[in-house]
Amino acid sequence: MSYKLEAENINVHYGSNHVIKNVSMKLQPNTVTAFIGPSGCGKSTFLRCLNRMNDYIDLFHLDGKIKVDGKNIYDKKVRVEELRKQIGMVFQKPNPFPKSIYENVVYGLRIQGINKKSILDETVERSLQQAALWEEVKDDLKKSALQLSGGQQQRLCIARTLATNPTVLLMDEPASALDPISTSKVEELIHDLKKDLTIIIVTHNMQQAARVSDTTAFFYLGDLVEMDATKVMFTNPRETQTQNYITGRFG
Amino acid sequence: MVHHEIELEKLRNEVSLMWNLTVSQMQKAKRAMVTLDRDLAGEVLHSERRVNAYELNIDNQCEYIIALMNPVAVDLRFVLAVLKINTNLERIGDIAEGIARYIMDSSKQYDESLLELTEVILMFEEATSMLEDLLMSFHNEDTSMARTIFSRDEYLNEMNAKANTLIANYIKQHPDNIEQALHILSTIRKLERVGDQSKNIAEEIIFYVEAKVLKHSDKKEK
Repeated sequence: MSYKLEAENINVHYGSNHVIKNVSMKLQPNTVTAFIGPSGCGKSTFLRCLNRMNDYIDLFHLDGKIKVDGKNIYDKKVRVEELRKQIGMVFQKPNPFPKSIYENVVYGLRIQGINKKSILDETVERSLQQAALWEEVKDDLKKSALQLSGGQQQRLCIARTLATNPTVLLMDEPASALDPISTSKVEELIHDLKKDLTIIIVTHNMQQAARVSDTTAFFYLGDLVEMDATKVMFTNPRETQTQNYITGRFG
Repeated sequence: MVHHEIELEKLRNEVSLMWNLTVSQMQKAKRAMVTLDRDLAGEVLHSERRVNAYELNIDNQCEYIIALMNPVAVDLRFVLAVLKINTNLERIGDIAEGIARYIMDSSKQYDESLLELTEVILMFEEATSMLEDLLMSFHNEDTSMARTIFSRDEYLNEMNAKANTLIANYIKQHPDNIEQALHILSTIRKLERVGDQSKNIAEEIIFYVEAKVLKHSDKKEK
């Protein structure tokens, strides 16, 4: 069995603050894994470790290995810019650039020096199709991204991430700022995208985790308490702590 | 279809398969009784395991759907109805198995006059037909068809009520055939219970489609 992503004995410190405690996990390709847990448990911190977004934090220190397709992403030879093409990220608050829809999607290609119109056009259509936004915007790609609704902006951000052909998609509470209909569209999108990608989603919404994911990991105070098939986690979790959290008894 | 609709559709298909199997079990049990076909009765006994397997699988699917998808409104009513219909179908499967066991234990063909007198074969046909019609009703969300089951069950109740007297009289006249008579009496009781299970299923279909609870209500309200 080859895993898409493997984390081995990950410990993260912000200065002396030990925020991720000996977390290990293995994720199969073309699956959706949800990270759940109360605020401050380390789920977003751990997510950001997976594409080295925490590198920008001065006091950040990671021990352990994170491998994607068998290669340690914290190896000194790894170019972070290349890594982030392979491992894309979508954030909680939609953050389209103040540019047109078209230019938002192709931004990642342009900074790589790709400017051939046919390639850009093909990428725009493909990415917006994948993000289930194409039909809504195809007739006005020059429109400013800021004129889109919140749900459309978030799907545009997903399209922008998909434009660089990642194989892993990290989503940090991608629907928490959206209305229920837009949330539902993003969740359906996740189901479709996992045919091509391995997806990890952080969510405060346990029902969302239950709806969209194949595997769920429960974090608490930096520990990975339990990780199992979502069906098992939400019907018969092993740990009392997990059961107490998902039934709303704490957290 | 969105993801949860796909899962609900899978559940619907699974229930339909179980339903068809249960109907088939009843049909085989009836044919086995008419001709004392022990091979056919053996098939019913063997297939009972599949009925039980369906029950477990459907229960699991319902559990997962409730846990993972938080169905509401009609979707919730559908899953709750399926949970109960599942149990009703499994019990009908048990009934068919029980009748098949009588056939396996019988040493000779059933006396045709006894079968005619008690109308047990007609009861069988009516009970099976009710199940088939309920499956159509479930598929088509046709509550008017489901409602016909309540009055049709009356026939099974009437024959069950007469059975004691009919069988007692038969035994007086045919004391050498007590075993068969008792088998037939038990079969009649079982078929009456199939009618009750079918009524329960009809109530669940009406609950799921119309959000009306008919349990324990007067006949006229149905």
